[in-house]
Amino acid sequence: MNELHLASAAELSRLLARGEVSSEDLARACLDRIERHRALNAFLDVRPEATLAQARAADRRRAAGDQGRLLGVPMAHKDIFVTRDWASTAASRMLEGYRSPFDATVVERLDQAGMVCLGKLNCDEFAMGSSNENSAFGPVLNPWDTRAVPGGSSGGSAAAVAARLTPVATATDTGGSIREPAAFTGVTGAKPTYGRPSRWGMIAFASSLDTAGVMTRTAEDAAHVLSGMLGFDPRDSTSVDRPPEDCARDLERSVRGLRIGVPKEFFGDGLSPDVEQAVRQALAVYEGLGAELVDISLPNVRLGIPVYYVVAPAEASSNLSRYDGVRYGHRATDYGDLVDMIKRSRAEGLGAEPKRRILVGTYVLSHGYYDAYYIKAQKVRRLIADEFQRGFASCDIIAGPVTTSVAFDIGENASDPVSMYLADLYTVPGSLAGIPSMSVPCGFGKAQRPVGLQLIANYFEEATMLRAAHQFQLATDWHRRVPDGFA
Amino acid sequence: MSWEVVIGLETHAQLSTTSKIFSGAPTAFGAPANAQACGIDLALPGVLPVLNRGAVERAIRFGVAVGATLNRRSVFARKNYFYPDLPKGYQISQYEIPVVVGGTLDIVLGTSRKTVRLTRAHLEEDAGKSLHEDFHGMTGIDLNRAGTPLLEIVSEPDMRSAEEAVAYAKALHALVRWIDICDGNMQEGSFRCDANVSVRRHGDERFGTRCEIKNLNSFRFLERAIEFEMRRQIDVLEDGGSIVQETRLYDPDRDETRSMRSKEDAHDYRYFPDPDLLPLEISEEWIAAVRTTMPELPAARRERFVEALRLPEYDAVSLTGSREMADYFEALVAALPDQPKLCANWLMGEVSARLNRDQIDLAQAPVSAVRLAGLLKRIADGTLSGKLAREVFDALWNGEGEADEIIERRGLKQISDSGELQTIIEQVIAANPKSVEEFRAGKEKAFNALVGQVMKATRGKANPQQVNDLLRQTL
Repeated sequence: MNELHLASAAELSRLLARGEVSSEDLARACLDRIERHRALNAFLDVRPEATLAQARAADRRRAAGDQGRLLGVPMAHKDIFVTRDWASTAASRMLEGYRSPFDATVVERLDQAGMVCLGKLNCDEFAMGSSNENSAFGPVLNPWDTRAVPGGSSGGSAAAVAARLTPVATATDTGGSIREPAAFTGVTGAKPTYGRPSRWGMIAFASSLDTAGVMTRTAEDAAHVLSGMLGFDPRDSTSVDRPPEDCARDLERSVRGLRIGVPKEFFGDGLSPDVEQAVRQALAVYEGLGAELVDISLPNVRLGIPVYYVVAPAEASSNLSRYDGVRYGHRATDYGDLVDMIKRSRAEGLGAEPKRRILVGTYVLSHGYYDAYYIKAQKVRRLIADEFQRGFASCDIIAGPVTTSVAFDIGENASDPVSMYLADLYTVPGSLAGIPSMSVPCGFGKAQRPVGLQLIANYFEEATMLRAAHQFQLATDWHRRVPDGFA
Repeated sequence: MSWEVVIGLETHAQLSTTSKIFSGAPTAFGAPANAQACGIDLALPGVLPVLNRGAVERAIRFGVAVGATLNRRSVFARKNYFYPDLPKGYQISQYEIPVVVGGTLDIVLGTSRKTVRLTRAHLEEDAGKSLHEDFHGMTGIDLNRAGTPLLEIVSEPDMRSAEEAVAYAKALHALVRWIDICDGNMQEGSFRCDANVSVRRHGDERFGTRCEIKNLNSFRFLERAIEFEMRRQIDVLEDGGSIVQETRLYDPDRDETRSMRSKEDAHDYRYFPDPDLLPLEISEEWIAAVRTTMPELPAARRERFVEALRLPEYDAVSLTGSREMADYFEALVAALPDQPKLCANWLMGEVSARLNRDQIDLAQAPVSAVRLAGLLKRIADGTLSGKLAREVFDALWNGEGEADEIIERRGLKQISDSGELQTIIEQVIAANPKSVEEFRAGKEKAFNALVGQVMKATRGKANPQQVNDLLRQTL
């Protein structure tokens, strides 16, 4: 089985079920590939003993009659999810070597489903970034072009799935951190409704936005992994108490008659022609499949970036206060009094981007500025969410580009945070509204770098969104393209 | 021109839940350092708070008890500041929209009554403890207390003397214990006050600049801190100075308050709604359900003691100082329905004195209400004189059994058989001819001496009135 690494999770699941391969064989094959492609810097922590122990456990479960769809399928976790068996660092010097005494709920649920964890994936420090250049442990390379960024913050997840190091990776999305890297690396990346995946054990960046999700080769895989991942968790007060749901239930339904809203604001100035062309072609594919394209307008989404860059840093400035060197994490070796110890530990342990956001967040929450920034931003956030609801009155799903351009070069935006922030232009509105959205590979643009199609659905309509994505993937093969050198 | 002091109190009452306000760790006092701090209390990466329903229920009980408005929807906010014993770098509290708004508390000072208005009461978590003494050149952090549920109760600046402030604090202390939301243990920090103190010239409409005195954990410290602070402020103003708004600490050893930080270097706490917690919603049904579990409140009980039992106001206030006291009293009255005043006198007198002497609470008293009632019955029916009653009470306190058994065993019953008494009187007259002679010569004093001799001969068991009558007759 030399082609195992090219198989989707669904295909691997069938091979496992037929006994043509064991979980342990699969895990070993993946670990070998991870080792071979260490130059991508996608993984931060790999512990073969832990992985193989899980794989053997999965094989025993199968021998005992367990036929779970995810049983024995390899995957890896973004290093934002805390894990008992691997270090949990959020790609920060502050948490270098930190071992959590518990597993995140997402980790626990996929472990219970029998998935085999290959290790922890690199990302932007505390999930802050759009290029994965903000990792304290070095940037991740884009397998399509190692001069390009893989996107961020879930750059390690995207690169690992694109390079066929793992069929499945967890990721998190706060303003686009799943969809943007998925688009930049030509993989399928899905963010569910805020509140459906538990945030317990997710290292917090911006609590009201942080949403766990997945990166896979196919929408079908995303549907099955999300079904295993989502669910009510009493340990997370913002978790939605709904019965478990099979997100794959509608995959095979045609999109004939599906109304796809196309917001004109997603095709305005700033959108690169190569991306626009690929996205327009994807919309034409849908038309060919019998879907109906509906022009809609979401005038307030242009306010998404300023709103996001008030709300997210505000929450982050508070969420990151716990990293003070007192109880765990980096502590400066040289300090005066207690306050000085906290200051120095943070100055040394936190990178430039978290510091920048802490400063912005502290500013917007300060006495005298709070109403003008934070309260105002929350009001506009509400307007944006309401606007999506009006949009969904005339369509079942919204489609458009994920990013304004294909992946940029490493270093290209590094000295200009604002242009970096604009990379989230089309992804941030859905995050602010808390609605599900995803990126589906839909072609290639400049320098043969991948382009993503964004699908946005209404609250709890993951099944509809994944159905649209799956039907698109039945009609196209963009998602099957493999970067040179990784086939 | 004379000065008037204006005082408002902020009181932190630790709620009596078994687990913390946002985690499942226990709240019991006195465990080894950090033995009762779980991952949530330690603010480990990835943890989230979940609100303790029992803490909310206690806030509702308080709101109902003081006649406040309960916000159907209140909001938890983060109060951001760095301190080594504040694990998250923020405290979860309620800021703009607290759970309890308004309400009043009546205080009684001597014979005058006053109603103190409450501003609000909100739920919040406590911080941990920094231990500077035990570690040379280092600081120890104990997070057992971190996350303990607190109800911060804020009064309006309605108090006008240290005594009023203490009366308010005592009434509040009694109330939170009465309604079972706080154990009131001040040594363990379960009930502590911050006092906002300002002074102004009598007749001034405007309040003076206030200072806040932090963390007063006894009524005595509260009183002394306010008195010191008052004098300090008056001295400053009379010397032509002005008061700087600041936070001060009371040092009981030196009996003075000292500046801790001024308004200029006050923190900007950057409050904002905690995105990890949804707004707290309290339904009508929940409030109604809590209402049905409320005990009769001290004010209502006080009134009933005055109206129905005809007790003086002073007694009624005293007896409703705690729910145990009031319950004990009612148990006594149930056994002696005609003698409420006798019951009140014994409870407020002998029993309270004994509790004070032994430094124990009524709950730990060795004499139950039923046993004490057994003694009071024998006083009421004339079996025991006051002096003998105290002797029996001593025996009761020492656990020597029921009052009647003690009286029987010790032979303490009053001699009311006149034949027996007559014999003794005649013996006394025969043995004291000198006194008899003096009495007959008109010396009333000599009569008293004879009565004394009779009492001595009966070892105090004779009824003094009866002795008087019989002796006079015989002479």
